[in-house]
Amino acid sequence: MKAHQADRFATIMLWIGSLAIVAILIAFLTLILGRGLPHLTSEFFNGPDGVRGQLFNSFYILFLSLVLSLPVGLGAGIYMAEYAPKNKFTDLIRLSTESLASVPSIVFGLFGMIVFVNMFGLGFTILGGSATLALLNLPILVRVTEESLRAVPRSYREASLALGATMWQTLRKVILPTALPGLITGITLVAGRALGETAILIFTAGMNVSRIPFDVNPLAAGETLAVHLFAVKSNPLPGTNADQIADGTAALLIIMVIVFNICLTLPSRWLQRRQLGRNKV
Amino acid sequence: MPQRKSWVYYNDRLSRYLFISSAVLVSLIILCIIWFVGMQGLSTFREVSIIEFFTSSKWSPDSGKFGALTFIAGSIGTTLIAILLGGPLGLAGAVFLAEIAPPWVRAFMRPATDLFAGIPSVVYGYVGITVIVGLTGKLTNSPTGYGMLAAGIVLAIMILPTVISLSEDALRSLPRTYKEASLALGATRWQTIRRVLVPAASPGILTAIILAMARAIGETMAVQMVIGNSPRFPDSLGSPTSTLTSNIVMEMGNTPFGSTWNNGLFMMAFILLIIALIMIILVRTASRKGAAR
Repeated sequence: MKAHQADRFATIMLWIGSLAIVAILIAFLTLILGRGLPHLTSEFFNGPDGVRGQLFNSFYILFLSLVLSLPVGLGAGIYMAEYAPKNKFTDLIRLSTESLASVPSIVFGLFGMIVFVNMFGLGFTILGGSATLALLNLPILVRVTEESLRAVPRSYREASLALGATMWQTLRKVILPTALPGLITGITLVAGRALGETAILIFTAGMNVSRIPFDVNPLAAGETLAVHLFAVKSNPLPGTNADQIADGTAALLIIMVIVFNICLTLPSRWLQRRQLGRNKV
Repeated sequence: MPQRKSWVYYNDRLSRYLFISSAVLVSLIILCIIWFVGMQGLSTFREVSIIEFFTSSKWSPDSGKFGALTFIAGSIGTTLIAILLGGPLGLAGAVFLAEIAPPWVRAFMRPATDLFAGIPSVVYGYVGITVIVGLTGKLTNSPTGYGMLAAGIVLAIMILPTVISLSEDALRSLPRTYKEASLALGATRWQTIRRVLVPAASPGILTAIILAMARAIGETMAVQMVIGNSPRFPDSLGSPTSTLTSNIVMEMGNTPFGSTWNNGLFMMAFILLIIALIMIILVRTASRKGAAR
């Protein structure tokens, strides 16, 4: 009977451990939202210390970084999934992608600082920040592209190629549309991660906000929300209500994360349903 | 007709070259990063001896002392604490999700752990400052609570999703027959988990732990906010100290580019990069071993 007691004990412990994990998450969310939500007023966005500029910069830098990384990331992922033969060269590219994925973000930040801030002499700019952030996006994009293309059944390709389509036509008309839900999920994942990134942007986009509201000049400095939270929490300026700003910013970031997580599941589910429906007709 | 055919043909060729060049570009980028950060970092040793950098814990650049041992020890210490706390808890969560959880619990818990992974690291640091340092202050009887324990706890929470999702995948990818054979022999569920499933999935679990360590050692913002940022050797869990990453953030802004001090910070980043690359090679060996079995 000892074995059965051990079994029951272990089961209880595993339940407790898992409940603890969920409890930590719930504690996190209630703490952050509970402290921050009351501060999310229009004053918080538009007031003299408002975060309107930071919020705009967050999305602007995210957008530019995706513009820069999507073509290369998708291209490399397509190559790995569809063209790459099994040889040393492919192995090298795979090793590079995995290595790039493991590079700590602060190392990306310093690299961006050497290249964009010092070598090109741009100083802290939205452009330099976006370009460096694009490097962080790249390996994840390559991986999700490769995975979603590999999930497309072989027979789709064979049917298209057998009809005389070229590889490019097959990709464009058959493989990419089928893989679209997976690709969108992957891109949302990348976007969510890029939106919260801080270490890279401190050294490339800087910690200042343009005084012009919604400044789209890519050569202006661009502090994002995440960097702002770091700045107000680590060096609070005297005389400002830094703690309230930090509470509100943290809550805003968490809301953005939750929205992204919802976006992660919804569009792909919708697309899948639409495709299934179309196939039935 | 022939004209149109050749157009299609060239399009196909062109797209193929574009895809290959994107893949090559990805490889070039990682080489560029190693080269630039490495060159900048290694030029520290024109003025500082390698032995001093790695074995001395005296870091006072104003008086020409460049010993980075404090930061190396701080990084290793916080990472170990994070793995010791987060590893077992994450593994328990993974076993639970793979073997025990009823479907509705799993349907709720899997997205919840994914949400953990999406929380920005500054937000972890913010929670660390607002709550966790108070807790660790009481635990270690230190006035502020900033230090390795606080950083370790924050990191332990941050690595949970990595450990959970990768270990669960490893457990789920095992052939069903392993479990059925063990249960058919009369083993209890726990005996099956401990003696059969976890050992069989160990290459995957090892990969999860290594990747979690890689994330913990490279994590910057959350650690910087709770470590205390004092260049003091970490002799206790509750005293303020520094890690490689936190020190880069603290000092990068105050040092002129190209100075020995600045190069020393780049050297710290280069150490982090080398550690990350070693981890990737370890992961590849672990997964190859798993595949060979």
